Amino acid sequence: MAVIRDIMPAFDLLQPTSASDAQKLLQQYGGDAWIMAGGLDSFDWLKDRLRKPKVVVDLSGISELSGVRESGDGVEIGAMTTLTEIAHHPLIKSQYGVLAQAVEVVASPQIRNQGTLGGNVSQDTRCWYYRDGWPCYRAGGNICYADTPVGRNREHAIFGANRCVAVHPSDSVPALIALDAKFVIQTPKGQKLVNAEDYFVGPDIDITRLNIIQPGELLTSIRIPNTWAGSKFYFEKVRDRNVWDFPLLNVASAMKVSGGNIENMRIAVNAVSPRPMRLKAVEDAVRGKPANAETGEMAGKLAVQGAVPLQFNAYKIPLMRNLVKRAIGGVQEAQWA
Amino acid sequence: MGLVQWATSPWGNSVPIHIAWYLIWVCAIAGLLFMIVHALYVGIFAKPKKFAVNDTPSVIAGVPEQVIRHSFVARAFHWVMAISMFALLITAFLPKVGVKFDWVTYHWIAGLVLSASVIFHIVHASFWLDFWSIWPDKIDLRDAKRRMMRALGKDAPPPARFAKYPLENKFYHFVILCSGLAVIVTGLFMMKRVNTLGIFSRNPYIFGDMTWGMMYVLHGLAGVGLIALIMVHVYFGVRPEKLPITKSMIFGHMSREFYLEEHDPERWLIEKAKKGPGYAPSDAD
Repeated sequence: MAVIRDIMPAFDLLQPTSASDAQKLLQQYGGDAWIMAGGLDSFDWLKDRLRKPKVVVDLSGISELSGVRESGDGVEIGAMTTLTEIAHHPLIKSQYGVLAQAVEVVASPQIRNQGTLGGNVSQDTRCWYYRDGWPCYRAGGNICYADTPVGRNREHAIFGANRCVAVHPSDSVPALIALDAKFVIQTPKGQKLVNAEDYFVGPDIDITRLNIIQPGELLTSIRIPNTWAGSKFYFEKVRDRNVWDFPLLNVASAMKVSGGNIENMRIAVNAVSPRPMRLKAVEDAVRGKPANAETGEMAGKLAVQGAVPLQFNAYKIPLMRNLVKRAIGGVQEAQWA
Repeated sequence: MGLVQWATSPWGNSVPIHIAWYLIWVCAIAGLLFMIVHALYVGIFAKPKKFAVNDTPSVIAGVPEQVIRHSFVARAFHWVMAISMFALLITAFLPKVGVKFDWVTYHWIAGLVLSASVIFHIVHASFWLDFWSIWPDKIDLRDAKRRMMRALGKDAPPPARFAKYPLENKFYHFVILCSGLAVIVTGLFMMKRVNTLGIFSRNPYIFGDMTWGMMYVLHGLAGVGLIALIMVHVYFGVRPEKLPITKSMIFGHMSREFYLEEHDPERWLIEKAKKGPGYAPSDAD
């Protein structure tokens, strides 16, 4: 059981000043190393003494991992760029507004000042049974405490549950999926690029992690192509406390509308599944259809097909249906305005 | 380095949660070492087999060219069980050694197939086969002692030929029976804890944490034990001197020569002309 002692376990603090040095350190220490970006997730784990790494690799001194850089075919955001910087960046606000909207509603201003994009997409799940240190499936045990007849699972998954029913808590990820972002990962064998939705892994494949980062690898930046720049965007987050909370559900979409019809669309939701969900079926179904409430209604119904609620989270099904509907109908309303 | 992984339950109790996963490698290496040692022993040290043979001409004349050893039903059971066992081992242990895939559904489906085939086998063997033919008898034990003495270079009368199954085969069957039943019984209970597409309703509260923990440990111990057992089984299946037995598990019969060389017609009775020429009772009796 987690006991907050406010005294972290002893570890060596390594503070590289370049991404290549950081990657080499991670490679050297492998599974004994802990990557720390903004520290917001890390300090929870360390202070609860639920993670006891031998070394902590602090990325805060690596300037090349920070900042928003415009490139010929889009924009590249360093993994250590703070959420506040992204939310206020003129280029992001004007061309990739869905990302600015998404990061603007992450937690509180203080947390956004410290939290980074890389940390936000790579953070661990917030399931309290897991975070409190119970020996659940995700922690290497053989039970899911949330998925029991009396388990508290109001915030948990309605899709993709496989023994573990925890959800991915990021707000920025659906926006990055909607923008068709690519994650740049530095590995011992060189650099690799993965699509935003492929950065995440479900419990069916690996129950102990939320993303594909292996020991020795480092997420260095996120590239957003200009394919969807200036599109019609929609982002909405529903949470219990509007001042500061993780999402009960969020949705992000990018839509190209021509003559009132949807030419193309990307849409993703999060906090409904152990990994963020790109709604490919919805994207295919709405292509060529009018961007209106009727299409939104159809898309919403399609989006929730296959949802399996737990004891206390059936509300997520109509919530998701309506958010998807509004992601389409809402854009239509914005156009009318 | 313990054999069991322990954790603290929500109620503060220390409970076992599963075996230590290094046991996978321990069992794989043990299986490999057994094969190497056995192959070296047979190739270098073992003396040629010698059995006490006193078949009368009428007994020899009564043995057909092809002695039926396994009925189609028995062979079908064996291979269904073998496929499900391999599926279970692959889906259980590859994820533990780093090969990640969606294994749970395949694992419990293979487990159900194994359970069904074993239940079928128990019923089939109890009522349609010679149930006692797979259990050691006094002659087996007497001959085991004789074989051991002779292997050590001491004086002992030659052992009788085997009944339908050699003693080693009977011991192996017993060990696989114990480990197989352990994984099946614990596995069926464990299905109450995962989503089984409605076959079992989830209820992890039917046992306490300690009972569940012991169940996972037993499942794991029997499971890793099966790694070594299956390795050894496959090894014997492909050894040249055992190939006639392996072939009989494919085609159902063995040759008259092999039968007379290894098996005692008085201990594994052949009845002629029950269902025409070439018929010998085996699984069917």
